[in-house]
Order: sequence, then C-alpha cells, then structure tokens
Amino acid sequence: MLDIAQHRAPGDARAEPPVIVRDLRKVYGDVVAVDGITFSLEAGTVTALLGGNGAGKTTTISMLMGLIVPTSGAAVVFGADMSTDRHQVLHRMNFESPYSDVPMRLTVHQNLAIFSRLYGVVRFEERIRELAASLRLEEFLHRPYGKLSAGQKTRVSLAKALLNTPELLLLDEPTASLDPDTADWVRSRLEEYRRQTNATILLASHNMSEVERMADRVIMLDKGRIVADETPGSLVSRFGRETLEEVFLDIARNGRVRDAEKAS
Amino acid sequence: MMALREAQTGPRASARRIHAMVLRHWYLLRSSGPRALEMVFWPLVQMLTWGFVQVHLAQTTSLAATAAGLFVGGVLLWDILARSQLGFAMAFLEEVWARNLGHLMMSPLRSWELISSLIVVSLIKLAVSMVPVVVIAYLMFDYSLFSIGLPLAAFFANLVITSWSFGLVSTGAVLRYGLGAENIAWLMTFLMMPLACVYYPVTTLPVWMQPFSWALPPTYVFEGLRAIVLHGEYRGDLMLWAFLLNLVYLAAGVALFRYLIDSARTAGTLVHMGE
Repeated sequence: MLDIAQHRAPGDARAEPPVIVRDLRKVYGDVVAVDGITFSLEAGTVTALLGGNGAGKTTTISMLMGLIVPTSGAAVVFGADMSTDRHQVLHRMNFESPYSDVPMRLTVHQNLAIFSRLYGVVRFEERIRELAASLRLEEFLHRPYGKLSAGQKTRVSLAKALLNTPELLLLDEPTASLDPDTADWVRSRLEEYRRQTNATILLASHNMSEVERMADRVIMLDKGRIVADETPGSLVSRFGRETLEEVFLDIARNGRVRDAEKAS
Repeated sequence: MMALREAQTGPRASARRIHAMVLRHWYLLRSSGPRALEMVFWPLVQMLTWGFVQVHLAQTTSLAATAAGLFVGGVLLWDILARSQLGFAMAFLEEVWARNLGHLMMSPLRSWELISSLIVVSLIKLAVSMVPVVVIAYLMFDYSLFSIGLPLAAFFANLVITSWSFGLVSTGAVLRYGLGAENIAWLMTFLMMPLACVYYPVTTLPVWMQPFSWALPPTYVFEGLRAIVLHGEYRGDLMLWAFLLNLVYLAAGVALFRYLIDSARTAGTLVHMGE
C-alpha cells in the first residue's frame, strides 16, 4: 500500500491548518521556556520564528517534532497531538538544522539510503539521484559525510530533510555558518521546493534578510511569549523602521529595558 | 518529483526500519578496521590470560587438572555477556556521539524498533568478537566451547538476554541524563563480575552476599558450567531459574527504558543529546 505525499492546494478551505499550537507552555523548574503561545500555520506558507537566544524558538520547534512534551497546551500537526500521537504523522514531516549531524563515517549515499528506509521512501535510489542532481551532491555522494565542508554538509542535511517530500518542513537556522553565496543558493532551493510541493515551512532564523526574503509571516518570541505575529512588511512599517533587523533590535532592547525597569 | 511513501504501520514497515538501523551499524563496522579489531582484542587478551592460568594450575593441582576448561570456559561465557552488553550500549552511544539521535527520534522509527535493532547489532558484534576467540581457544588450549554440548545454547541464550536487560538500563540512563551517564554502560557489566561468580562457586562469597549473587541470572549459568565441567552433570533447574529471572529483568529493562525516554521528552534532554 502506498501513501502518496499529497499537498493541499492554496486556499483549500476544507482543510484545517497543518499546524495548530494552542496555549503551549513549557516550564523547566523555575524557568518558563515557552509561555502559553497560540498560533496556526496555513498550508503552503513560510513562517519565520524569530527571537533572541533563549526566546523559546528551539523549544517550540522541538515540541512540534514531539521531542519535548509540553507542560500544558498542545502542539497539533496534521491533526495529531505531538505529545501522544506523533508516530501517526512523523513520516509527513522533516527537519533540518546545522546543529544536528548524520553519521560521519558513513558516505552521503549510505546516510540517505538509511533515512529513505526509515521514512519508507519508495524507489529511493531514484529519489536520491534526483536530490543529488538538484542539490549538487553527485561529486561527493560516495564520500564519508565527516570529510565534507560545512556547505556540503548543509546540502546533505537538506537532502535528508527533503527525502520523504515532507508536507511540513521545520528548519532551525538552515543557513547558519554558510558563506553568502551558498546561503543564497540554499534559500533558492527551499523556495523552489515550496513552489513545487506547496509544503508548509517553519523557519527559525537569526538572519533577518533571509526572513524578509523567504517568510510570508513572522512570529516573534520574547521570553517564551509571542510579541508580534504579522507579515514582515507590516511589522517593519508598524515599528516605523527600514528593515526587519531594526525591528528585531527594537524588540530585543525594549525587552531588556523593561527587565531593567522591573528590577529597579 | 514527489516521493511515494510505503505504508508506515504493520510488521513490514517495522522490519524495514529495523533493517535500516542494522544496515547503518553494518556500514560503520565495515568502514572501520580498528573498531572491528578492538572488538576482538580484549576478549582475546582475557582468554589468553586465563588460558595460561589454567595451564599453570593444571600442572600443580589435581582439581584444576580434572577441570580443564573451567577458566577458559568461564572467560568465554563471561565475554558473551560482556561483549553483548557493550555491543548493545555502544551501538546506541554511536548515535549520541554522531549527534544523530535527534534525527532518529523525529523519524518514524519507534522506540521498540530501535531496541530491536540494537539487539540484532549486539548479536552481530558478538559474533565478530567471539568467533575468532573461540577458534584460538581451541587451537592454543585444546578447549572447545562446543564441548559443553547442547547446554551451551541455554547458557548463551540466558547470557545474551541478561546483556540486553543491562543494555536497556544503561542506554535509557544516557537518554535521560545525557552523556554524563555514559560510564554506566561501561561499568554495569564489570560491576556484576564478582557477584556473578564467573571463576569460583557462589559458596566462596560471604553468606550475606550470596542472595545478591543468586539474584543475578548469570550466576546460574556459571554454576551450570561448573556442574558440567566438574561433575559432568547438566543442571536444567539452574537454567530454568536463570530464564525466569531473565524474564523479570528484561521486562523491567524495557519498562525502565520506556520510562526514561518519556522522562527525557519531558525534561527536554533529547534535544541537546551529544552536544
């Protein structure tokens, strides 16, 4: 029996959003990492999750993957509660981050073949060839992953994330540590993938120009709370700034001012 | 092109994912000669040491002379337990060291499938470790592990089941507490060695320690080995006790592993594993 990776057409009113986050909260001892956030992601959109270090981005993404169980609230992906039913939908999503590797001693091809089997990709050799061509992996497909440059590793990581044609793609700083040319190339591939498949993408990034270019919507977190949720353009104009980076700095610094005032 | 995906539930899907994980470790083993050599090296050193002790004692004491194979047999059986447990734990730690655990935990791989793949990998590694050592024991000390006969199958089964139970506890601890708990994987088996009475009977232990010794399944195996070597008697009752205890240990190991995974998801330790 085959499960064809089907994607909803934009504007399909019958379908509920692929991602629904309701009153999501995560507390570690005295530390509130995520403080009751609520949002949903529409199919085929790119949403950027922004915030300074410790704002709650990685914890939120981890709860969406089911790697962290929330203290309260729910992260629902394709109708499945990720804290209890994640195995119903994990094959429909994937994840990419430069902070997570695949086995170093295995070749790129071996790694991709193993993940293809884990995700149950049919005719995976064909799929690997296709991704190798589009992500320019052919020249090092049979080289150990550990011997690749940072840019090459990112391309492999992206290939791993696209193997199963995910309908939901979670990206944690996908272009961190890449040179501007390679980073631009990676963004183009992601945009192309979204266009071709109508996938939903959630992108955590510190790179504001990347966010302005790719995202339809920005969710900004500060101390685990949503402090802004709108399009990049409207956010920039609401703050009366020129760029998203200036808005980001405003929010981060105002937060620090508020903290200082509270402390005094 | 969009990828077609096979069914994600049912025995075929599980077998496919377990196969993928076994393949991953097979590739790793094939790619690293020193890794494979290390797997043979320590059992070989142990076996040679105890083999020569055996030869020396055979020349000086009558008991040891009649008990050929007491030490060599003990060390070979002990290595089945130790290598199987280390093979299980190391296969898991490889994922942590490679910072690959996050990818696996968010893939469709179920935790019981991960455990099953670790069991298969531990058996493969056990074969790589033990086959050369068993052959060398025969060539150098004229001792064949197979001289034990059919009871060897019962000894082997009981020892590997114990190794999986201990492997589950040590890997679960690493999942929950991070790489700081890595040493548990190394220590657990070796801490068991004096209590399991590999080279001496349980009666050698102080009386107060003996109940602890009898609480361990391997103790019954080594007592069973001595019964065969010294008295030519197969003690089925000992193997039955070992098996029943193993069922309890394995059930407890699986339950603890699942609890520690759930606990790791609550504590958020899976996310930063290996960093």
